[in-house]
Amino acid sequence: MIELHVVLILMIICAIVAMEIKDLLSSVIALGAVGIGLTVEFLLLRAPDLAITQLVVEILSVIILIRATVGVKVPQENIKMRLGYFIFALVFVAVFLFFSKRAVAQLPSFGDPMMKIGSLYNSLALSKAGAANIVSSVILDFRAYDTLGEATVLFTAVIGVLTVLRASGRKK
Amino acid sequence: MKEKEQGMSLIVKRITRITVSLIFLFGVYIMLHGHLTPGGGFAGGVIIALSFIHVVLAFGKKESLKMLNDNVVSFFESLGGLLFLGIALSGLIGGYFFLNVLPKGKPFDLFSSGTIILSNIAIFLKVGVGLFAIFIALAILRVPRDDKEEVK
Repeated sequence: MIELHVVLILMIICAIVAMEIKDLLSSVIALGAVGIGLTVEFLLLRAPDLAITQLVVEILSVIILIRATVGVKVPQENIKMRLGYFIFALVFVAVFLFFSKRAVAQLPSFGDPMMKIGSLYNSLALSKAGAANIVSSVILDFRAYDTLGEATVLFTAVIGVLTVLRASGRKK
Repeated sequence: MKEKEQGMSLIVKRITRITVSLIFLFGVYIMLHGHLTPGGGFAGGVIIALSFIHVVLAFGKKESLKMLNDNVVSFFESLGGLLFLGIALSGLIGGYFFLNVLPKGKPFDLFSSGTIILSNIAIFLKVGVGLFAIFIALAILRVPRDDKEEVK
């Protein structure tokens, strides 16, 4: 599991770089590095379905971000680090770490899920759905309601973007 | 001053002609084998959206948006959504919503697993065209910063 942690630390470093760097294009590239790290994590955890989807969506979002941000001047704001803010951030991080440590300790161990329905899906997938890829049979047969909701969300997102950015609305 | 040429250089255009059909074919492959190998309708749809984006980036918006304009996009987006809903409603023949009513076939065959392959095709159409529409709206039809830049 050591490689999992190495990639995780690299992802955290890239995220900090993406936030702190001044250049917008470099920030987008660092964000892409975080996404590629997440793809490698999914591959290490043996979830190739998720890895493929994460990789292509990451490429798409990086292309859109680069196309939308290149050549755009963003006014730089220098936020002064005051002592009060610093102490507040420190207290917040301490409280968050304390409670997350207690919450993580309650989780079941890796590969031993709390819900037993996953093993039921594993045993029934081939006979009930007939698909060799169990992930596909879960998202499109056993839990197709979720996929219907996801399709609705995407449809709403497309309509919303096209409505906000439509050409006929900004004639004047 | 001469009129600015749309798109990127000749080398990029030449390579794009070769690669874009391969990317499209790979997306269709990922989608059609979604019930056998990792992948599925969503990943395949994003890959074909990337192939359309590839054409737009290489050739410029004027050349490429002749084929894929708003009407085509909205037609395929709606077709994908209605197809998926129709598959869901077809389960009512056998008893309940989203029931797999078609014959299952032999496992590991291309045409097996009943409605799952049809759902993959529906989601493929929907995701591919929908994400391409978002790309056009966000990256190409953006609000001009000065009055000289043309609005599509």
